[in-house]
Amino acid sequence: MIRVVLPAHLRTIARIDGEVQLDVAGQVTQRAVLDALEAEFPKLRGTIRDQGTQQRRAFVRFFACEQDVSHDSPDEPLPDAVANGTEPFMVIGAMAGG
Amino acid sequence: MGGVRVLVGTHKGAFVLTSDERRKDWDVSGPHFAGWDIYHVKGSPVNPDRIYASQTSGWFGQVIQRSDDGGEKWEPVGNDFSYDGVPGEHQWYDGSLRPWSFTRVWHLEPSLHDAETVYAGVEDAALFKSTDGGAAWTELSGLRKHDTGPQWQPGAGGMCLHTILQHPSDPDRLWVAISAAGAFRTVDGGQTWQPINKGLRSGEIPDQDSEVGHCVHRIDMHPSNPDVLYMQKHWDVMRSKDGGDSWQEVSGNLPTDFGFPISVHAHEPETVYVVPILSDSQHFVPDGKLRVYRSRTGGDEWEALTNGLPQRDCYVNVLRDAMAVDSLESCGIYFGTSGGQVYASSDSGDNWAPIVRDLPAVLSVEVQTLS
Repeated sequence: MIRVVLPAHLRTIARIDGEVQLDVAGQVTQRAVLDALEAEFPKLRGTIRDQGTQQRRAFVRFFACEQDVSHDSPDEPLPDAVANGTEPFMVIGAMAGG
Repeated sequence: MGGVRVLVGTHKGAFVLTSDERRKDWDVSGPHFAGWDIYHVKGSPVNPDRIYASQTSGWFGQVIQRSDDGGEKWEPVGNDFSYDGVPGEHQWYDGSLRPWSFTRVWHLEPSLHDAETVYAGVEDAALFKSTDGGAAWTELSGLRKHDTGPQWQPGAGGMCLHTILQHPSDPDRLWVAISAAGAFRTVDGGQTWQPINKGLRSGEIPDQDSEVGHCVHRIDMHPSNPDVLYMQKHWDVMRSKDGGDSWQEVSGNLPTDFGFPISVHAHEPETVYVVPILSDSQHFVPDGKLRVYRSRTGGDEWEALTNGLPQRDCYVNVLRDAMAVDSLESCGIYFGTSGGQVYASSDSGDNWAPIVRDLPAVLSVEVQTLS
């Protein structure tokens, strides 16, 4: 079970409280986690990554195990602690603007 | 008894203001979608309980919200605004070419004819249509693929399609406006488009007869006479008597002919409203006085409407989608400011009063007349 932490605005859109728990088949990568997240919550499509290019939005960051993995390849395996559910995959709204 | 529902989009959420036909006492609900830019909120003329909102942010992209109960409950619907085919390129500020890239929905225009059909004007400029209440969007790409497309370039606010007008009886006939490309018309439901910018004069472009490149800020019409169009351009207030084939300036005695919104009275096709603004860089009302100007002659002759509006120390702006009229017997006029005030007049603009004074900066104002 993968744990995902979403920023408040996306929790509001998805109408959830707290963490999301997802089943991810196969290797646990950013792409696999986000695919599973968007399958579970279709309203989040387009809010984290562009629907056409699948690129991460500029002001969205991904953290895992206290590391910023935003610039890692979306197909690179996430840390074991995320894959086994010990640590969450965190989607962060970057600090910017007002 | 009837009444009105004023739909307000702000920099930090949406608000719904309701009143009976006297328009004296108001209920305020919101903020809906708190913290997000709400570029536009508009209801279906066919089914007033059906309302659409464009919710957008630099962080999380574009969300389209839909209400089916008059704005109490909302549900996100489709937000995939993928361009048709390879997007191509348009001019950038420095003269280089840049690929078309979707940023946000500026304007939502529910169909006059069908409650499930709604149009969306987006940045980078394109027109989308949904026929299933906003669930799925299809680009009417004949506009973006017009021969002049590679010449289009953004205004300071981005290359946005911000105005969508529908012919009252012919669903295939539409007008749109793009900053800073100009105005365009289709007579075949959006398959093919014609630039309609003859007569516009813009000091910011070298060729005054250019087919495109004019910074049109807003167009409006009266449904009883769709051949007559009124335009607030970056500079100049313009009028067309032939559906946009040609334009004549009607700025007349306005203190400045720069501005953003323009609206036509609900019952008087020759009565038009604008809010003159200082430009190019100030973007606030002249002399510290908030004045709506009304022409009862289709332009050229304008009178200042000031009763109830601040006449000293006022330095707000009124954006292009932030003015609307209701269709009650005594026509109501509404507008919102960058200072967060929404003003209403229930007597065609003779007298004004604020509905609310302290909202976030207002991006759009629309009104529904309820039976």
